[in-house]
Amino acid sequence: MGPNLLRVRDLQKEFVLHILNNKRVLAFRDITFDVPACSFVGIAGRSGSGKSSLLKCLFRTYLADGGSAIYQSAAGDLVDLTDAPDDSVLDLRATEIGYVSQFLRPLPRVTALDLAARPLLQRGVPRAEAHEVVSRYFERLSLPRDLWDGYPILFSGGEQQRVNLARALAARPRLLLLDEPTSALDSGLQLEVVRLLQEARADGVTMVGVMHDTALLDELSDEVITMQDGAIVERQAPRLALAQAAP
Amino acid sequence: MTTAQLHGNGVDASGARPGWAINVDGLTKLYGRGCHHCLETTGPARDRNVCPHCQTTVACAGVSFELRPGHTLGIVGESGSGKTTVLRCLYGDMAPTAGTARLRDFQNGATDIFEADGQERRRIRNFLLGMVYQHPRQGLNMQISAGGNVAERLLATEWRKVAAIRERAGSLLGRMEVPLMRMDDIPAHFSGGMQQRVQVAKALANGPSVVLLDEMTSGLDVSVQAGVLDLMQELQRDEGIAMVVVSHDLGVVRLLCERTLVMKNGRVVEGGVTDQILEDPHHPYTQLLVSSVN
Repeated sequence: MGPNLLRVRDLQKEFVLHILNNKRVLAFRDITFDVPACSFVGIAGRSGSGKSSLLKCLFRTYLADGGSAIYQSAAGDLVDLTDAPDDSVLDLRATEIGYVSQFLRPLPRVTALDLAARPLLQRGVPRAEAHEVVSRYFERLSLPRDLWDGYPILFSGGEQQRVNLARALAARPRLLLLDEPTSALDSGLQLEVVRLLQEARADGVTMVGVMHDTALLDELSDEVITMQDGAIVERQAPRLALAQAAP
Repeated sequence: MTTAQLHGNGVDASGARPGWAINVDGLTKLYGRGCHHCLETTGPARDRNVCPHCQTTVACAGVSFELRPGHTLGIVGESGSGKTTVLRCLYGDMAPTAGTARLRDFQNGATDIFEADGQERRRIRNFLLGMVYQHPRQGLNMQISAGGNVAERLLATEWRKVAAIRERAGSLLGRMEVPLMRMDDIPAHFSGGMQQRVQVAKALANGPSVVLLDEMTSGLDVSVQAGVLDLMQELQRDEGIAMVVVSHDLGVVRLLCERTLVMKNGRVVEGGVTDQILEDPHHPYTQLLVSSVN
């Protein structure tokens, strides 16, 4: 593990719902952790504990209200993802920071191959080459070949999730944020996803992943952070913990 | 969006070529004689855009943004929020009351296009900008052929060889999926979707650096909309055109725009990365707008 790729300090998110008489809803507070380069930090916790909101703040889909998330870019700049200019955020998303959501947002009339190849195409990679990279992931994820030219808007949840994963992995980001990437997959496919993520990590992709399945999370993570009611309640290094627990 | 992005005009005094394709600062348009109270008595907090002292309509005020080549900015808001006025001022259909607009391809952004003389202004309109109006009849001459509409634009920019003009018009219309056999038909006989695609071909004819789109798909049914939007995305990727997309349809904005501004009562109330505006809107008006479709 190298130096920290991401340093999160006292991060806080609260929603103010103006249409509900300015009701305030706290998503999380006082979140502090480091993500060393080439590591996998897992985030565990029950539904509603603030895990997904945390990832969205790191991707800037949500605006944090307090604290910072300092990312070290490929160019060596330290960028606070919570208040960097929009264009900087867009640049990082295009080249360095990926996000796999639970649900794919399919585009009308865009095939699975083109959708998954999109980040590469937008970087100027020739179409044939981009399709080849994506195909390899489709194959690994056992996405039936007759779906490759189909429209993901018609796919099942599990098929969409595989398109989503292929898209993120093909783009080979420096930092990949994963929100329940295996929730709609059967156990055989889940294990294949674990292998793919381990390969990506070995290849230099740093990851922060939210997963319900604690066994998968332990398998993948260098550190597991457990959240409850919007706060961190536990941190542990799973392999170390397992080794200590062994007789 | 940071304060600097909203308010700074980002113009580099050294004369270096700027990173943006277009930079708009403090764009304001009033209808009426105007008074000292117009700006303070209108806007989202007062929920009106007519000045109670002098009855002047504040169509838009203090609108600022910059946009990079190949990027798309969405402007959303209800009817009367001033979205279209912004586009009309930029394209030169009307003169703004205050504010500046600079284009990278016009004197490297050193000169405000609103200060340009008549001849320069026409040049900017014909060479550097493209406009797609909400109603095809605003952007097209319905009584001359589709090919003729595109050619008209080319003639305005000193294309003179008939064969070359026909070829360029044909290739643009083909790209817009307007069948070649209909190139010599008049748009009045086309479907709404096809009229809009002819308008896009016309707007793109001269390879503009910034294209302004006003509710381009709002009159079209969903499947036709998807087709037109696909084409726009392809063009954006291939030609590196900066686009300003005015729409009340958040689906269109989500699909096309990396960044979005939200307007109400002539003012920008919020701006940011599009998915943030849609998933974590902060202004009460944006929350209302988003919650009424999701």
